[in-house]
Order: sequence, then C-alpha cells, then structure tokens
Amino acid sequence: MPAATFLDTSELVLNMGPQHPSTHGVLRVVLKLDGEKVTGCECVIGYLHRGVEKIAENRTYVQFAPYVDRMDYVAAVSNGLGYCLAVEKLQGVEAPPRAQAVRVILTELNRISSHLLWLGTHALDIGAITPVFYCFREREEALKIFEKYCGARLTTHAFRIGGLQYETYDTLEKDCLAFCEMFPKKVDEYEELLTGNRIWIGRTRGVGILNAEDCKEFGVTGPLLRAAGVEWDLRKQQPYSGYEKYQFEIPTGANGDTFDRYVVRIQEMRQSTRIIRQAVESLPTGPIMAKVPKVLKPPVGECYVSIEAPKGELGYFIVSDNSTQPYRVRVRPPSFVNLQALDRMCRGSLVADVVAIIGTIDIVLGEVDR
Amino acid sequence: MNAVLDFPYLKPVLITLVIILVFPLVVGYIVLAERKVLADYQVRLGPMRVGPYGFLQPLADAVKLLIKEDIIPTASDRWIFWLAPVLSTVTGLTAFAVLPLSEWIYIADVNIGLLFILALSSVGILGLILGGWASNSHYSLLGALRSAAQMVSYEVAMGFALVSGLMVAGTLSMQGMVAAQQRLQIWFAFSNYGLMMIPFAVYAISAVAETNRAPFDLPEAESELVAGFHTEYSGFRWSLYMLAEYANMFVVSSIAVTLFLGGWLRPFPSVAWLAWLNFVVPAALFFLIGAGCAVGVKRYSDHRVFGGIMIVLTGAMFAAGASFLLPPVNARIIGLFWFLLKVAVILYCYIWYRGTFPRFRYDQLMRIGWRYMIPIAMGALIVNGFVMLWGQGGERVQ
Repeated sequence: MPAATFLDTSELVLNMGPQHPSTHGVLRVVLKLDGEKVTGCECVIGYLHRGVEKIAENRTYVQFAPYVDRMDYVAAVSNGLGYCLAVEKLQGVEAPPRAQAVRVILTELNRISSHLLWLGTHALDIGAITPVFYCFREREEALKIFEKYCGARLTTHAFRIGGLQYETYDTLEKDCLAFCEMFPKKVDEYEELLTGNRIWIGRTRGVGILNAEDCKEFGVTGPLLRAAGVEWDLRKQQPYSGYEKYQFEIPTGANGDTFDRYVVRIQEMRQSTRIIRQAVESLPTGPIMAKVPKVLKPPVGECYVSIEAPKGELGYFIVSDNSTQPYRVRVRPPSFVNLQALDRMCRGSLVADVVAIIGTIDIVLGEVDR
Repeated sequence: MNAVLDFPYLKPVLITLVIILVFPLVVGYIVLAERKVLADYQVRLGPMRVGPYGFLQPLADAVKLLIKEDIIPTASDRWIFWLAPVLSTVTGLTAFAVLPLSEWIYIADVNIGLLFILALSSVGILGLILGGWASNSHYSLLGALRSAAQMVSYEVAMGFALVSGLMVAGTLSMQGMVAAQQRLQIWFAFSNYGLMMIPFAVYAISAVAETNRAPFDLPEAESELVAGFHTEYSGFRWSLYMLAEYANMFVVSSIAVTLFLGGWLRPFPSVAWLAWLNFVVPAALFFLIGAGCAVGVKRYSDHRVFGGIMIVLTGAMFAAGASFLLPPVNARIIGLFWFLLKVAVILYCYIWYRGTFPRFRYDQLMRIGWRYMIPIAMGALIVNGFVMLWGQGGERVQ
C-alpha cells in the first residue's frame, strides 16, 4: 500500500443530536458514514437523566408515585400502573375489581394515545407531514377523558397504591364508548394514507430488520418483538389487573421490519379499542380502594412486577426494608432496552433509514435516561 | 415623450422592474397560500394573527427575515457562502426573461428560449452545491451532494420529456410554442393521439424533483439533514434561497404550461363559440373570491383596520371581476389570467403532493430517475417521433 494519496477517503462521522428534529428528544446518535451508507452508529444518552431511581430512595412509597409518570411521559398511566402493582405486591394487597377495570380502561386509552403519538411522529420523520395532525386530533379525545377523570392530561398520576383515588366521573362510560365508536374509523383513515402508499412501503419494508433471535439477544420486547413473529404479550402471558377477562388478540408480524412494526402497532390500537369496549360494558360496581394502611411499610423483601407498556415490558424491581421508603427501586424501561438494538438495525442502511429506525423503536428519552 | 415611448427596450425594462419588485411579494403570498392549503389538509387554520385571516403574514415574515442578525459561520468559506444564495436567486429570476406571460407581456422572445431556461437551471444547481460546501457543515455537505446528484439525474429525464414537446412544437421559442398550439388547435399535452401525455407526466414528476419539492425534497429533508444545504443559512440569505426555490417552481410550472398546456391560450382555443369562457371564468372566479372576502368583512366588522382591509379587498376583487367583463380590457389581460391560472393549478398540485406523500429515500429517488423516468421519456420520444413521421399530429420540423 502506498502512503496517503489525495485519493484516500475517510469515513464521515456525523453527529446527530442531541438537538435534532427527529431524534425524539435529546438522543445523540454518532453515525459513521460511507457516503450515505451507515457503517456503524453509537447512541449517547443521559441528557435527560434526573436520577429518578435515586430519588425513590428518599421518598415514601406514596410520594414517589408521581415521579414514575415523568419517565415515559407519553404513557404515564402505564408507568403508574406498573409502580402501583409492584408496591401492592410488596404490601400484599390487591385492588378491588372496579378499580382494576378502570385501570384497564385508562391504560388501554393510554396505549392508544402513546401509539398515536408514535404514528404521527414516525410518519413525520419519513416525510409525511399530514398524519401527525390527524393523530393528535384523536389523541386529544383520549386525553380529554384523562383530564375529566383526574384533571391532568399527560402526567396523570391516575392510580393510587391499592386502587384509585377518584371514583369515575358520570359520563366516563359514555365517553369511552363514543371514543370506541369513533376511533376505528379514524384508524382506517391513517391506513388509507399510509398502509397502501407505495412510497411508505418503500421506505419501511425491509428497513431496520430485527429478527426474533436478535430481539431475544438484546432483550427487546413489545411491538418490536411481536413484529418479529414472537407472540409475547404480558397481558396474555402473565395477566395482571384482570386482563384475562377480556377477549383480544396479539397482532404479530413476520419479517420484523419497520413496516411490520407499523402494522403491529396499528392492529394493537384496534385491539385496545376492543378491550376498552369490553371493560366499559362489564364495569363492576363496588369500592375503588383496597384496605391499605395510612403509612405504607411493606414487609422486608423484594419484588419484580412487569407489565406490557405501549413500548414493551416495563418492569419495577423494588426492595423494601420495612421502612416508609423503598430501599432500592430499579426500573426496567422498555425504551432503554429496545434502543440498544439501534446499531444492529442501522448497519448497512442509509442515513434516511436511521431516522425511520429511531422512529420505529418508539423511544421516549424521559424513560431512556430516567 | 415619444422618444421615450419609442425606445424599443421600454417594455422589457418595465416588465423586468415589475417582476423584480413584485415577485418577492408574490412568493410571500405563494408561501402563505401553501401554509393555508396545508393547514386545510391538516385540520387547522394556518396563520390567522397578522392581518385579517393572516393576509399580512408575508409582510411580517419579510420584515422578520430582513432584521435578523446576519450570521456567517466562522469556519465557512465567506465569499462562496455569500455568493451561493445570490447565484440561486439570480438564475431563478433570470429565467423569467423568456417566460411568455401573455401575448404581449414578456421580456424577450428569443429563439432558444427553452434552452436558455434549462441552462440557467443547470447553473442554479451550483448555488446549492456551493452553499452546502461553503457552510462547512456535515449536514449541508450531505444535502449539497444529494441535490447535485438529484438535479443532474432528473435534468436528463426532464430534457428528454421536453424534447418530445419540442418536436411537436417545432421551435425553442417560448412564444413560438404557444403560437404552434394556437395554429394546431390543440394543447400539446393532448396531441399525437394523447401520446404526449407520457412526456408531460414525466416532465411533471421530474420538475418536482428538479425543484427539490416533496416528495423529492431530500436535499433539505428536515427530518434527516435538519435543513440540508441551507442548514447554516439564516435571515436574509435563507430567504434568498426560499425566493429561488419558489422562483424555480414558478418557472418549471410555466414551462409545463407553455409547452404542454397551451400557455396563455384559453381552454379549447380553436372552438369559437366557447369564447364566452374568456369572460365568464375570470369574472366568476373573482366574484366568488369577492364574495368570500365579503364574509370576511362581516367577521371583522368590529375591527377598524382589518375590516377596512377586507372591504378594500372585496372591492378590488369585484372590480377585477368586472374589468374582465369589458371587452377592450379583457382582450389585454385575459392571456395573463389564463397563464397565471394554469400555473396556480400546478403550484396547487405541488402543495398537494407535499401534504400527502412521504419522502423518498436517496437510492429510491435515483432508481426512479434512472430506471423509470429516463427510459420512459426516451421511449415516449421515439414513439412520438414515429407518430409524427406518419403525418398525424404536430408539424414536421422542416
């Protein structure tokens, strides 16, 4: 090999983020490029780190509950549910049936609103600028129900350890059924814009493939895993909060590419609508709070509880030393774990695909960094 | 006085001045229209604050852009950074010189009109490449590389599509093309038994790519490259790029109108009994807009300034509509009306694409260009050539 000549080429290192229109927050991705081709990428995270897990050690169990809403702020209800279930397991209480049903309704509404935000921004990343407004229009309806129920729209803090703080408002059933009536038609609208669109298919089919083996290797869960053909949904496999009572299917894909993940999430929204309808129609009466002591001091021990959050398996590992404050709280956030697969999915693709892949992983940086 | 009026360059100079002074304002309003139309697709209202219904938004934008701090990155190549947007704007606006806006409103009717425009658009690419290069930023560089590859590729397809049109027209002069359509009594998009639709379609698609508009807006793909080649540009320099982009849109739409859609001729130019279109269409259009403005008068009736603006607008629209009903006035301006109406329809399509389609990826864009557009355009050229050879449609180039 001769010494360096002027024909020598070198790789272009492109720094995407933390301020970039489509890294969904303050994610920084360092890309190694050969022309437009990505030869490797590295995620730099931590720009939104708030030390949530450490904060937990200095708060009582009840005081910490609002903090979990600030992790995946797009799906705050799911975060709250996971935390409440974990503490309830430690304490050995169970929410009464009515509280469980309301929890399911709100969590599924939240899944829909989270997926709508994903769909809108994902389409925006790929260049379709219109769907995002349609998605936000319907998301607004879901948020209105949250607002009527607990006064907050985003960081809802809707549940309490042992049940619910609030009894449902008078027209919750009516509002939810109206939403279930309206929403599937709107999903048809999104599909009309995107599913059959040749450009959309071209941009998503075969992009960012992550097969079942890779998913298991990385611990990737949620729609990414299901799109790879693995029928794994904690709502079915380890039912919690009374999910075993409802009829619904687990949509799966075959190829594990971006298009499959899109289809899986669209189908999930339809299934969530089904669950909400069933839960509303069979909403039991009764108390909304279990008997929980005023001062929570769970017995010494530890527990891990995981739920199927919109983005994947959301787990809470809590260690109790029989004091009012948890000894240690560890969160298994789906976004953080799923984000690890970015490099595997990006290699060999083009710059434009990186944006599509970040979108398809569906990360929320609040949850990645905590 | 007569000496001044007889000055042969009087009309061209006047029209040039008008275009240079008025076109930036027109661009502002095209942008406003784009924002309003997109807003309509996207279930929102668009600009509503500055002026009634946001009608004065372009002025506010212009003032904002003009008084912004002029930033030139330290690491950039200062002179090229300065030159690049100027180059884009100059080429974009110079192309107006040969556009036949109507029978008598044009700056120059040269016998290489179309070639001149193509040459200018090729030079215009330099503005993007140099701007991306001089910025000394990775995003700009990638954007510039993309734009260079894209525009060069699509210029080929566009060229072949235009050659089909030239064969039928038998001239490169822009006025000559309109005259040929008048003589042959057909819009060239429909001639040769409709076969000319193929090059027209190829041209329409390539033109979108040529002007870097969605779904071919890769050079400035905001979700990937932040803003592509003009990432580092701000304020007035950035607005020059925008001016150039919209000027280019106007120019390529004008070429489509002139070569394929009858230029300043009315629909069915040869059918004499349809001459009433010349009166009814513009009058109806302006009266309709006037009626819309009248609604605005009511809405803003409690606001002195905005209400006044709406009253003036309503009056102006009805006056414009009425003026088209006067035969002597109509004869002077109807050509311009048809030309601008057709261009407006094409520009509307541009906005429509932008609101509907996702963006292509770089390799897909290239594949479409080289594997589909260019062969189709070449095939259409050959087919159209044979059809003309057998004596139907078009006129033989002597």
